[in-house]
Amino acid sequence: MDERAVPQKNDKKKKRAVMRTIILAILIAAIGYTIYNSATAEEVSLLEVGDKAPDFTLVDLEGNDHKLSDYEGQGVFLNFWGTWCKPCAKEMPAMDRQYEAFSNDGVQVLAINIAQSDFEVQSFADQYGLSFPVVIDKTKSVMTAYSIRPLPTTVLVNPDGNIQRIVTGEMTEQDIEGFMEEIKPE
Amino acid sequence: MENLQCQCGHTNPPGTKLCESCGRSLTEKDQNSKLVDMRYEGTARRSQTYNKSIIDKIWNFFSSVKVGVSIIVVLLVAAAIGTILPQQAFVPASTEATIQAYYADTYGSIGRVYHALGFHDLYSSYWFIALVGMLAISLVIASLDRFVPLYKSLKNQRVLRHPSFMDKQRIYGSGPAAEDTLEKAETKLKELKYNVRTDKNGLLAEKGRFSRWGPYVNHIGLIIFLFGVMLRMIPGFYIDESLWLREGETRAIPEVPGYYLENKGFALENYTGEGGEEVFGEALDRVGTVAKNYQTDVVLYQNSEDALPGAADSQEVVAEYPIRVNQPLKFDGYAIYQMDFRLDELKAMTFALTNKETEESLGELTIDLINPVDNYELEGGSTVELLGYYPDFSGFENGEPQTATPLPNNPGFLVELTTPETPEGETSFITIQNTVEPLGENDFKLTFLSADTRDVSGLTVRKDSTLPILGLGGLIFMIGVAQGMYFNHRRFWIQQKADGTVLLAGHTNKNWFGLKKDLDRVVEYASLPAYTDQQDEIDKVEKAEKEGETLS
Repeated sequence: MDERAVPQKNDKKKKRAVMRTIILAILIAAIGYTIYNSATAEEVSLLEVGDKAPDFTLVDLEGNDHKLSDYEGQGVFLNFWGTWCKPCAKEMPAMDRQYEAFSNDGVQVLAINIAQSDFEVQSFADQYGLSFPVVIDKTKSVMTAYSIRPLPTTVLVNPDGNIQRIVTGEMTEQDIEGFMEEIKPE
Repeated sequence: MENLQCQCGHTNPPGTKLCESCGRSLTEKDQNSKLVDMRYEGTARRSQTYNKSIIDKIWNFFSSVKVGVSIIVVLLVAAAIGTILPQQAFVPASTEATIQAYYADTYGSIGRVYHALGFHDLYSSYWFIALVGMLAISLVIASLDRFVPLYKSLKNQRVLRHPSFMDKQRIYGSGPAAEDTLEKAETKLKELKYNVRTDKNGLLAEKGRFSRWGPYVNHIGLIIFLFGVMLRMIPGFYIDESLWLREGETRAIPEVPGYYLENKGFALENYTGEGGEEVFGEALDRVGTVAKNYQTDVVLYQNSEDALPGAADSQEVVAEYPIRVNQPLKFDGYAIYQMDFRLDELKAMTFALTNKETEESLGELTIDLINPVDNYELEGGSTVELLGYYPDFSGFENGEPQTATPLPNNPGFLVELTTPETPEGETSFITIQNTVEPLGENDFKLTFLSADTRDVSGLTVRKDSTLPILGLGGLIFMIGVAQGMYFNHRRFWIQQKADGTVLLAGHTNKNWFGLKKDLDRVVEYASLPAYTDQQDEIDKVEKAEKEGETLS
């Protein structure tokens, strides 16, 4: 082999190494992305902390409209519940007490019932003497928009209208107090 | 590794078996064998040539067919394991804990192990996806590693080959021939649709080279197919959601923002064997009922553009459609299929207010279980006040009636009955076939008369934007298969030496019978020397040897 051929050979080698690296990188990236997507598939439709809370409008038991965006500037404590859900019922009195304490500080509670009848929701509200508005998501559209799976789920919306925290499962009174403190406007 | 210099002067990459230029065998083993190994034209698989950096090592690992086949075998075994018990998507449980309990309860310790090993969600497990991905890497690299040298080799092949290349071809012949033999052979080969190239005293006739690309086209199809499958994991490309919709209900369609579906009614029709269906009579007698139609009449609504979720009066009717099996409601890239149903869920119950002693009725009332009201006035001045409603009564807790679900599976009512005779009211707790009188013996009771029911439609919401990609992948795959299976790459090399002797060799990647038929016609027309199939000779010798062994 003569002298001139040597750099040419090195060039070829370099080119080959670069090609191989690129092809492998693309393939591994594609697989990594697929695995990542599959691992997060469950949560992918779920809202994340920091997202803008999807706006909605629902009617409460007195017939008043409650539009989420009307509460901008206040912290909103969205509690998704049903009368059949025991932990939901358990945390209601604590929520009510904390609502009394925080309502003057700009924290609003909206209890969103999942598609039950007016009668059931009304008698539940009466039984527990709830003072915050209770709205009914008749078509489950808000539930779908918020990708709510287990009940109870509580979505905390800060005064900017962004999601501050998502809580699934029952909360203690201390939890509720802490959460309301978090979304209280300055 | 060093480059290999052939006697003809050509420099070959390391690992080459047959000189790229003249075809001489380059290794001792090949020189001594009777026939040459023509796979990949004796070129060096690119991966075999260098093995230095970590990239090269990974590359070489995936280039190996053995590795590829091993991955396929592991995938097959894993996929088979996934079919032993139902996957979690098909078990009647939805949360992590209930799914685990379901496997343990239904399948015992096998189910427990199956769940513990993660086989209940095998096909979307990270290791299964990783295996499929490794198969994709193997397909790409193994193909590239073989296709590129093969392509180059076939593109650059010379007409004149060294006699040692020719006499090691399976089809070989040599002998004296007339002077115009080459020209005549060329004419005949062209007539047989061969591409013929000549160089000095030799010719190369070739046909169907594209069939050699079959496996690689095939692999491209597979890669496209796998790419389509990969897209399914990416949000927005693939939706497969189920929606249980009761008659009369309107619900937001999951994963389809802004759309609502109302169930106007579900119908299950069976074949009756009457009215033109007499032909089915015999079959119906044999098997009993046969379903003729499952149908859900639906109305599709869409939120007007700026309407918010939950807003009641902002929905516009988009379509009314009877969804039947295989006749989905299609809109905007989505399709809603009829998949399942449940008949006769309780919807309303009718009671009579009766005097326990005289069994005289004071009137009837119907309680709508979906939307009960709190007061029912009866004609004779009696009233029934609903104090509590428990759609799926599950017992008492601290004296408080409980409901297990929001569905009216086992409705319980706490009522106060007021009649002209008992103006102060009587309290009664009613469930199906049971009445409790918590505040003492009553004079009146509610007697169950009848129940209304409604059906539930099980619908599936589906969107699959990857179908065209999967289709394309499948088509290319099939083209590759046909290309490689139904066409052959045939070549003949013919040389005439100065003394008039003709050397003749032939090669095909498959269908040697067809090659010989072509060659027979050329031999006859151009009076070429007779040829032999050297593989046959070898086989014969081996067979004879074997027989000899058994005899001795």
